[in-house]
Amino acid sequence: MSIDWNSFTPGSAVAGGVLIGIAAAMFVLLNGRIAGISGILSGLLQPAKGDRAWRLAFVLGLLAAPAAYLLAGPFPKPQIDVGWGALVLAGLLVGVGTRYGSGCTSGHGVCGLSRLSPRSLAATAAFMGGGFATVFVVRHLLGI
Amino acid sequence: MSVIVFSLLSGLVFGIGLIVSGMADPAKVLGFLDLAGRWDPSLAFVMGGAIAVGVMPFAAARRRTVSFLRQTMRLPTARHVDRRLIAGSVLFGMGWGVAGFCPGAGLVALGMGELKAAAFVLAMLAGMGALELLDRRSANLRAA
Repeated sequence: MSIDWNSFTPGSAVAGGVLIGIAAAMFVLLNGRIAGISGILSGLLQPAKGDRAWRLAFVLGLLAAPAAYLLAGPFPKPQIDVGWGALVLAGLLVGVGTRYGSGCTSGHGVCGLSRLSPRSLAATAAFMGGGFATVFVVRHLLGI
Repeated sequence: MSVIVFSLLSGLVFGIGLIVSGMADPAKVLGFLDLAGRWDPSLAFVMGGAIAVGVMPFAAARRRTVSFLRQTMRLPTARHVDRRLIAGSVLFGMGWGVAGFCPGAGLVALGMGELKAAAFVLAMLAGMGALELLDRRSANLRAA
């Protein structure tokens, strides 16, 4: 392992993490719910249970974040190097996996670990492991 | 009404956190997941920052039965680690490793107008919907 010091940005990573923590804390203390993005999103696909509005509002907030960021300056453009096929495959895996495993980086990783939930700790270890293994296979075994 | 306003605000702050931290940039995420390459450990600091902020509010939330907006406190009660949790999380991690998008990052990048993020989000919704249908069918079979 060698560390890519040129890309290392601990300051902005912590600052962004603090904002994410504030958002999750605000959500649970005010709305009484876990700010799990995959769960909030997939709830919109279920038959209406009268809780569409706040789910939609949260998703709209995420979609509008870049526009809000513009008030401070141009947002960093995301670098998406993978092709369309890989994006569709990734989307399917993320969609199925987050519903089957009841959460993603926000619900298990941020909220679950903040609640000291052993279930979320196991889930976080599993998705980190899956991510590390997949990038190893793709970059170092397949050489893509 | 205030629930909807604060849902929007939480989504907005969460999304800005994803942008600031670098989580919304797939190349940055894949650099973090590439342990065997030139590793960029930055994103470990995102989770660290978020959890440092989140632990106390989540502990406070656990002691309450209603939120500050008088909503029922709905925190997960499941504590067992089962095959479904781990298998689903591994699948999610694999998808995360293929493209570098978690659900929230996909939505934020879509909000930046990235067409490739739209492909990811649509496939993710399809995956979520497919699992939703399968789950509902097996629930119906059990009930019959």
